[in-house]
Amino acid sequence: MSEDLVNVEVDGVARQAKKGAMIIQVTDAHDAYVPRFCYHEKLPIAANCRMCLVEVEKAPKPMPACATPVAEGMKIFTKSPRALAAQKATMEFLLINHPLDCPICDQGGECELQDLAMGYGRDISRFVERKRVVKDKNIGPLVSTDMTRCIHCTRCVRFGQDVAGIQELGTTGRGEWMEIGTYIERSVDHELSANIIDLCPVGALNSKPFRFRARAWEMTQAPLISPHDGAGSNLYGHVLRGKLMRVVPRVNEAVNETWISDRDRFSYEGVYSADRLTTPMLREGREWRAVGWEAALEAAASGLKRAADSLGVLASPSSPVEELYLLNRLVRGLGSHNIDHRLRQGDFRDQHADPLFPSLGQPLASVDALDALLVIGSNLRHEIPILAHRVRKAARRGARVSFLNPARYEYLFPVANYLEVAPANQALELAAILGAALAGSGTAPPAGLAGLVRAARISDEHKAIAAQLAGGTQRAIWLGALAIRHPAYDDLRALAAALAVATGATLGVLAEGANAAGAYLAGAVPHRDAGGEVPSIPGLNARQMLEQPLSAYLLAGGVEPWLDSAFEQAAKSLAGAGFVVAATPYVTDALREVAHVLLPIGSFAETSGTYVNLEGRWQSVPGAARPVGESRPGWKVYRVLCNLLGIAGSEYQSSEEVRDELRRTCGEDLEAGPYRGAHAVAAAAEAARVVDVPMYQIDALVRRAPSLQRTRDGRAPAVTY
Amino acid sequence: MAVTTSDGKTFEPVLGPKAQLLSAHTRAEIDHWIARFPAGRQRSAVISALRFAQEQGNGYLTTELMDGVAEYLALPPIQVYEVATFYSMFETHACGRHHVSICTNISCMLNGAEELVAHTERKLGIKLGESTPDGRIFLKKEEECLAACTGAPMMMVDHVFHENLTPARIDAILDELK
Repeated sequence: MSEDLVNVEVDGVARQAKKGAMIIQVTDAHDAYVPRFCYHEKLPIAANCRMCLVEVEKAPKPMPACATPVAEGMKIFTKSPRALAAQKATMEFLLINHPLDCPICDQGGECELQDLAMGYGRDISRFVERKRVVKDKNIGPLVSTDMTRCIHCTRCVRFGQDVAGIQELGTTGRGEWMEIGTYIERSVDHELSANIIDLCPVGALNSKPFRFRARAWEMTQAPLISPHDGAGSNLYGHVLRGKLMRVVPRVNEAVNETWISDRDRFSYEGVYSADRLTTPMLREGREWRAVGWEAALEAAASGLKRAADSLGVLASPSSPVEELYLLNRLVRGLGSHNIDHRLRQGDFRDQHADPLFPSLGQPLASVDALDALLVIGSNLRHEIPILAHRVRKAARRGARVSFLNPARYEYLFPVANYLEVAPANQALELAAILGAALAGSGTAPPAGLAGLVRAARISDEHKAIAAQLAGGTQRAIWLGALAIRHPAYDDLRALAAALAVATGATLGVLAEGANAAGAYLAGAVPHRDAGGEVPSIPGLNARQMLEQPLSAYLLAGGVEPWLDSAFEQAAKSLAGAGFVVAATPYVTDALREVAHVLLPIGSFAETSGTYVNLEGRWQSVPGAARPVGESRPGWKVYRVLCNLLGIAGSEYQSSEEVRDELRRTCGEDLEAGPYRGAHAVAAAAEAARVVDVPMYQIDALVRRAPSLQRTRDGRAPAVTY
Repeated sequence: MAVTTSDGKTFEPVLGPKAQLLSAHTRAEIDHWIARFPAGRQRSAVISALRFAQEQGNGYLTTELMDGVAEYLALPPIQVYEVATFYSMFETHACGRHHVSICTNISCMLNGAEELVAHTERKLGIKLGESTPDGRIFLKKEEECLAACTGAPMMMVDHVFHENLTPARIDAILDELK
């Protein structure tokens, strides 16, 4: 027997348990249910609800299972008369001040207190005194509060302290006057803060946008994937009569654990925005006319056919791979390679050296175990909140995390080194770190980078970062969205890649959108066909398409280039085109100005589809809600367009068929592979502009989620560095 | 200025715009308490820090003073609010600068504490839980046993115990408060 194990007995059955484990972990592992409110496996132990009292042989009193470590020979009884009596007595205390407002409580039907009161509560309360009443707090537009219902488990407080990294809620007062709150009226602003809704075992903290919209038992549940960032967080959509009512996390330890960002949770409001396009429309002169699908699709097909190889397709990086693959087949079937999803990317010079797809370079779960990390150009907490949470876990474990950013962003963990550098000087700073790393190993820099490395002045900070990346076993260098949007992104990438080689760290690229990796694999880039095959002549990239007006455009997946791209002349180029088709869930005046045909497609929740996250994980979901009005899933619309354009082999019957064909094209064992460029960097730095797009402005869906817009981050303006 | 902590390391108090509100004297006292704990455990100094902040605030803590303590100790403000609202020696609403708490628990009650309370209320013209209009004396609402039963009846005035009280003794003690 290993020395790390002890022998215990749970309800009369001999079990082995890890030394130091708490009783509740052992009973949970062996399906011996112990009721609990304050214990949560992801949070530090508080032992303040006392619901998990169990009987332990030779212990004079019942013991809290969540805070009692197992010991050799311990005999635990979870359902003995003493244990049950203790649990029932605790329940009676908890219900003393709890209001009987279950019929009007949103938690009703999915309430831990309700469930346990069923099993452990008395039929009639013996408490005849006045119940206490606690004033509700306003903690922002996302979380509603009914503080009289609170049972003081402090899960929400511990979440802030331990998971979010900033304590925003606390317990004020004592005894009868104890309250959970912020003391002074303020909003709770952390980007993961709404997870306290799921943590709250009662109806004290609930979803404000969902308040009084539906009962838990009326809704059906369907899996979804987050359509906002490359983490690919697993979600459930709760649907009532075909309408998406709310979004909650779906547990996946390898991806998002039990958490989701507020953006993933509340962006669903945008699905039913007032500017939803509900029917296909055709422009006749200055007028718009609602038409049937057939007329709209034929008009679109004939216009696209006329444009043939002077067509440009701008696709959303958050569309499912099925849509992106069909768009690829459509544009390449017409003889053009002009398709791109990299709408905000600043530099395409070195794109031929791209790996198979932009990748984190490691599984998400292994981020927790990093020893050192250098993040270049990323407002990480806003870009990929779930990834930032994992980085925080690594940093708390002792990982050395450094940043090279255009501004000082707040990270709620110890940061090793923070280089705040204007975009124009970032390449030189990175060269200095590279110089320090190479000096350590005594090797020469790659030829194309030698000039810049020589010009760089190496400080102690650069040496410190290089040393961090060279030490330890798991190290990584990531390029974030602010690097990708940099006008000299390829310089930064070449330097980062050389630094990765010099230090042995892995290189990760945090590409924007929920499906950037899928977009590469599906061939929604001008220089790669599906599966990474290289076309003989590359098409135009997003910048070229918007800078040199084409005769026709297809805007796919709700893309609004004047907001979603970095190119100021986007609207002008589109206005100058002879023919613009928009396949979109939304229509705005700006779109009506430039488009000729509007095809309503379903949002992320209304279509089946597959997303490939930044670790290369393919995740397929069947679609949750009924498409609004006449809109149809995007893949069906593109498939019919392919059919009308006579593109052979596009008679797909289901989105699964589309996906399976793409998977066959891609082959098994998909590896992103390393960057293999030999990009030469000019020594002279030019002035450079990089826009930090606010986290609730990054795509069409989240821009239309009113509750998120009312948060502090939602009101923040875009910043240009 | 960095403070040497009990483990020989240092802690750098944050003297930002909010902590500037704390007087040099208050800050020096807080530094003294930071030095008693290991580095990174400055949260342990919150109770003492609040005592001096309350003294500076003439008997009660304002949100500004608590924010100052939080900033100075590099803590989230809510952690300071939690402590200030939990302990009965801290007042978070405006009140008089001298806190007078007459014990009314069993030993003192048996020795006439209730008459003493009535006497004090008459003398000051205020009820328990109120402050004198000149802001000199705050009569705490209720004080439980302060563990000085041998000298009952007793009261606490600004953390100083006064035992074996009579109405005359109370008059003398209260009249001395400035």
